[in-house]
Amino acid sequence: MKILTCPINGPRPIQEFLFGGEFREMPDPDAATDARWTDYVYNRDGAPGPRREWWYHLASGTWFIAERDTGTNDVKGTYLYTDEVEHG
Amino acid sequence: MPYRLLKYGLSSKHPDERMFTTPSELKKSYDAVIIGAGGHGLAAAYYLARDFGITDVAVLEKGYIGAGGTGRNTAIIRSNYLTPEGVKFYDESIRLFKDLSGEFDLNLFYSERGHFTLAHSDSAIRTMRWRAEVNKHLGVDSEYVEPEDVKVACPPIDLTCGGDAPIMGALYHPPGAIARHDAVAWGYGAGADERGVEIHQGTEVTGIDVKKGRVVGVRTSGGYVRTPKVLSAVAGWTPSIADMVGLRTPLTVRPLQACVTEPLKPFLDKIMVSGSLHVYVSQSSRGELVMGGSTDPYELNSMRSTLEFAEGLSGHMLDLFPSLSNVKILRVWAGLCDMTPDFAPIMGRTPVGGFYIDAGWGTWGFKATPVSGKTMAQTLATDREPELIHAFRLSRFEELELTGEKGAASVGH
Repeated sequence: MKILTCPINGPRPIQEFLFGGEFREMPDPDAATDARWTDYVYNRDGAPGPRREWWYHLASGTWFIAERDTGTNDVKGTYLYTDEVEHG
Repeated sequence: MPYRLLKYGLSSKHPDERMFTTPSELKKSYDAVIIGAGGHGLAAAYYLARDFGITDVAVLEKGYIGAGGTGRNTAIIRSNYLTPEGVKFYDESIRLFKDLSGEFDLNLFYSERGHFTLAHSDSAIRTMRWRAEVNKHLGVDSEYVEPEDVKVACPPIDLTCGGDAPIMGALYHPPGAIARHDAVAWGYGAGADERGVEIHQGTEVTGIDVKKGRVVGVRTSGGYVRTPKVLSAVAGWTPSIADMVGLRTPLTVRPLQACVTEPLKPFLDKIMVSGSLHVYVSQSSRGELVMGGSTDPYELNSMRSTLEFAEGLSGHMLDLFPSLSNVKILRVWAGLCDMTPDFAPIMGRTPVGGFYIDAGWGTWGFKATPVSGKTMAQTLATDREPELIHAFRLSRFEELELTGEKGAASVGH
């Protein structure tokens, strides 16, 4: 992966981006048990495979979602974060 | 000296015996199965056999002996860590390392060099002084030194680092050493093999069966084996193995790249590390400069190398040693680092009965090979962790008792 597509600025060299980690849904802090909360804070899906991730385009200050396979490094698509991302 | 070599020279029997026997097919069951024939897995097998008489053990390896992090690290051994738990643990490892060549009758080229961690900022100096005090308190030879001392120990260095990030001080650790990393795995493997442990190379684990919360068997590419105890010692592949027993871990996996230059006349006997410049370098006994950097900037389970790495590392190396500008890089490679949030390993029992984990070795695994093998062998044999690795238990995350070791990482990651 040498080039990543920013949803706002189009294809840009990978050096312009910052990796923001795996996309995870935050449990309700008031309702979650301690076990559920520490699981959210620390545990990750580290095994290789396709997943959604946060990426940041440094030059334009854009946070967005990328669907990337952490085994093959193939990017299926990138798009901006919306409510549908959170719940869909 | 290794007497084996002398005996072999005088012997009329050639060629020499192979280092490992090739086991036939997998048996139906074992007392314990170790996944991963790297240094850690083989060391655990060795100590299980030697210290606890447990020899009905299969070590399963999907590739070959030492194929992973064992043969891909930059072979540095040190114990100048930040937390008292870390310092005690790695210092015990150094103690064990020193006896290994004799114990295995195999030359590990254990070479005590002295290790400098350079500070280029006030905050780095603060961390170096902190580490020096923790180290000294625990009896580890470690001290804060001035830039002039660095220049005396290593004349080719440019203390101004090209003017951008002058060296302001350093942490000096005389016992810092390098060793031939794959030979460490071979020595442990041969010792385990000699005592009856079976090492099955080219045998991939495809699943682990758990019944009533306990491990009962392992599915492999070579058939099914029953076992009450499984040790996962697979570093970068840990999340995949942990998924097989439904265990969540805080591990994220990133490649770390390293490289060697063409051989040069010996000029660098110290190990030089710069956190701010993200480089560490030592000169091997063959004269090559062995250099490593920080982990790649994003998660990936692939051991590819990149031009960005070679470019970035070379630039920073030239800041430290401008005289190397015409030296060629021979090889670049990568290994997988299973990083933990607190930069300390994860060792011991898990919520799954009979499933033990030796993971989270990120960028600090090689130096821990002997002590991790010894403590994990004890954990498997007694179903209880020794005090030395209590701070590294998996449950520390849900108990919010992390072992913050990031300040002792060689370079920023």
